[in-house]
This record gives sequence, C-alpha cells and structure tokens, in this order.
Amino acid sequence: MWLKFKRDWEESESSVTPEALFKQRRNIIKGLGVAGASSLLPVTGHAASWFGSDDDEPAAIVRRALQKTDIAPLHNDALTPESKAISHNNFYEFGTAKDDPAKNSRNFNPTPWSITIDGLVEKPVTLDLDDVMAKMALEQRIYRLRCVEAWSMVIPWVGFSLSDLLKMAKPLSSAKYVAFETLYDPEQMPGQKSRFVGGGIDYPYVEGLRLDEAMNPLSFMAVGMYGKTLPAQNGAPLRLVVPWKYGFKSIKSIVRIRFLDKQPPTTWNLLGPSEYGFYANVNPQVDHPRWSQASERRIDDAGLLGRKRIDTEMFNGYSKQVAHMYKDMDLSRYY
Amino acid sequence: MNKRINQYLAKHQWQTRLALHVLLLSPFAYCVAAVLNEWWGGDPVQAIIHYFANSALNILLITLCLAPLSRRFKLPSLLAFRRLIGLYVFAYALLHLAAYLLIDLGLDWGLFWQETIKRPYIWLGMLGFVVLLAMSITSLKKLQTGLGRRWLQLHGFIYPIALLVVIHFWWSLKSGWLEPVIYLAIIGILFFVRKVQIQRWLSSFAK
Repeated sequence: MWLKFKRDWEESESSVTPEALFKQRRNIIKGLGVAGASSLLPVTGHAASWFGSDDDEPAAIVRRALQKTDIAPLHNDALTPESKAISHNNFYEFGTAKDDPAKNSRNFNPTPWSITIDGLVEKPVTLDLDDVMAKMALEQRIYRLRCVEAWSMVIPWVGFSLSDLLKMAKPLSSAKYVAFETLYDPEQMPGQKSRFVGGGIDYPYVEGLRLDEAMNPLSFMAVGMYGKTLPAQNGAPLRLVVPWKYGFKSIKSIVRIRFLDKQPPTTWNLLGPSEYGFYANVNPQVDHPRWSQASERRIDDAGLLGRKRIDTEMFNGYSKQVAHMYKDMDLSRYY
Repeated sequence: MNKRINQYLAKHQWQTRLALHVLLLSPFAYCVAAVLNEWWGGDPVQAIIHYFANSALNILLITLCLAPLSRRFKLPSLLAFRRLIGLYVFAYALLHLAAYLLIDLGLDWGLFWQETIKRPYIWLGMLGFVVLLAMSITSLKKLQTGLGRRWLQLHGFIYPIALLVVIHFWWSLKSGWLEPVIYLAIIGILFFVRKVQIQRWLSSFAK
C-alpha cells in the first residue's frame, strides 16, 4: 500500500489561489504603470509590454504529451526548469529580445507540416511530419545547450536521430554537406515581415552540417521537450539539436533539408563571418571577438543573484563522441 | 506664459524636485516589477542590462535638451534641475555596469578585468562611465566654483560621451542598426542646435 505523507513545505490543494484571481492580480499590477514615465522608456520591444501585452491569451499550439524511451544522459547536470527554457529564447523570426519569441509566437500554427528532402538524393521526397513521427520510436535525450552568448541550459528533448530521417531520402555518395532551412512565412513570423522586429537578418534562416556531423549519433531532431511537443518559441514542430555546437546551429521550425557537395551558406556566418564560423563547435579556447567563451552562465533553478559561472568544456563536454571528426583541423581557424 | 512657468518653478522648487525624482526612479521601479513578474522571460539578465543602459542614454538626451529648451522658450528656471537629472544618467550607467558584473559575470572580478582590457566596445563604455563619474563628483557646488574654467571643460565632455555610448551600444549588438541610428540622428539634431556651445567648448582647449 502506498501512503502519501504531506511534507512540511507542501500546501493543501484548497489553499491554491484560483487561476482567475491570480491573473486578476497580475493585471492590477500591470495597470500600475506611471504614464509620465513612458517618455523615459527605452525604445525596445519591452516598452510594448507596458501597455498590456496579452500573454494570457491561449497559444495556437496545444502541446501534446509524447510517448518516449528515456536515454541515460551523458552528464549529471540539473535540468533547466521548463518555465525558463520556454520563456528565454533566441528566435529572431519572432523578435530579438529573449522574451519576444514566447510573446510573439502565440498565433503560430505549425499544422499540417511537411519537410522536403532534396538535392543530391536518389529521389527527392516531401514528408508529412505526422507520418514521420508515426514511423519513428521517440527517445528522450538530456542534452546541454550552450548559446554562443555564453549562457547555457540543460534540456530533455524528445525526438529521433537525424540520421534516421536523412536515411529516408537515400542520399547519393557525392553528398558531402547537409543544408537546413527554416519556414519562411512573414504572416506568421513578424520578424520576417519587419526589419525592426527581426534584427535585420535575411530570411529564411539557413544552417548546415558536414555529412559526417549530421550522421553522428548525437545529432538529433527534436519534436518535443519536457515530455510534450515543442512550443512555437523553441522551434515547433521540428528542430535540430547538435549539443556540441553553439545554439545557433540548432535550427528551428525546419521545412527543407538538402544534400550538397559544397559547404552551404549559414545565416550567422553571413551576418558576421569573423564572429560566427560554419563549424561553431563549443570551444573555451577560442573567444568570440567581443566576449570570452571560457565560462558560461548556466540557467538552472537558482535566482538571478544565486548563479555562478561554470567553466565551458571542449565540445560542450561531448569530446568523446565528436572530437574524432575534427582530428586534423585547426579549430582556431575553423571556428 | 513662460514667465508664469518660471515663477511657478522657482516657487515650487522642492515639489518639482520631488516630482523629478519620482519620474526618474520610475524606470528602475518598472525594471523591478518586470523582473518580479517575469515580464522579461525566465532569464532577464540581458534585458536588465540593456534596460539600464537605454535608460541612462535616454536621460542623457533629456539633459542635452534642457539648455536649448530654456533658451528657445526663455525658461532659465529649467537649468536649476540639470544637475539632478544629470546625476540620474550616472546612476543608471552605474546600474548598467553593476548588473553586468553581478548577474552576467557572477561577480567574477578576474573575468571582469580581463574583458575590460580585451574588448574595444567595453573600452568605450568604460570611458563613458569614468567621465560620468568625474562629472558627478565635480557636480558638488564647492568643487564647481573651485574648478572654474576647468569645470566647464570637463562637463563639455558630455558631447563626445553621448556619441561614444551610442557607438558602444551599436558595437554590442549582434545584428541590426536601426536603434543606434535613431539615437545618432537625435544626437545629430541636438549637436546642430548647440553648435555654438560646442565650438566654444572646443576652442576653450586652444587657449
């Protein structure tokens, strides 16, 4: 028989504040803005939230629970709380501030979704995501995510190996690289519509991997996180996860994959070639020209002031799995 | 009309000061509310740092408006509040720097000095901060009269500092240029309006 003892920090169900009351209080606090002070407000996206953003309105995406097999993690790191992982995002298609993607993606609707795989393949295919998911046995993998901006998270992704997806298209032996492309839909992605919202990037966002990197067992296609399908701001419905590379390589909301014999252009490399390389392997010895990559701010359950920086590890701690692919390369040149 | 405003401001010195303090503290209060209510997402570190910097820059632009406004509309009473407002520029610059050190670098002083030495865009920010610090210290009445002409020379550095911090801002961005260009345009207009004063300031070093 299983008995449940109430621990001393537990509150009874009846003492929980009703949601409606909680939200009402939040709205009162929101309304307390001093009107005159608005002239001092910075001209950032944040100013908009003064005047009541509707972050309480339900998102178009309903996150479904996913059946998965848990894979033992390679590190014993504490998970980043889900609430932080889904409210702190770089996804310029929905705005450049970290809180923009969660706020500006509420109307994003990714169904139905198809992925085209073409280029150097025997037969180009267009796959329906639901069909793909029905064929794959989903796994949960806990990976570190190291952003090039020197913060990091630890996230339980749900998905399948990238190689399993790529094999569906039967690539030719001449294929040496894999190129990925994000959805281009300015109606749904305000950052693609306005340069001011989208940080002046040329869309669609493109990324790429060498074929051996793409086929590495660590390379992962995520359709979910924290046991449920992905929210829009984290790259719904399908995104890449390459844990030994900086986060910008892990392209979101993928609609097209191409096999190529040449290295494909990649968005951040086009924007700042001296700051963002094609490889973008996590490397504490090679600084970003404007900041150190030797340490990182791990986003865990600690508060703002309780956080310590930790040392960044070579290949983000995945050397054993990936270092062999870069054996004879000068990684300060191919950053 | 302007006469009445002047009289009113002269008569209600402390009330006006109090109102200015409330107004100038409100960005800080908003920041605290935003962090506590998670309006800026689960990890507001970058948002806080940028918010303080933007607040400092906006208030700096307000201080640059005061002299032209007082001249154009014959409101000398406005200048009595220039020191108070100017000190808030320094206060927000200090908060910006403190937030970077405390919540981004996690009070890692070694990393702080290393980054300050290595990164040119941080040099610009630091230079701006040091000049604002010097201006704040010398804003004391006693020092003001003691320094005489040198005081005017020091405080004229607000012009290059305004430009410098916008370049610091532009340089710190990962992409985009719209915001810094808007700031530069505003500064350009303010410089044009004050071109006589700027020329006078520059020639004060030639003597």
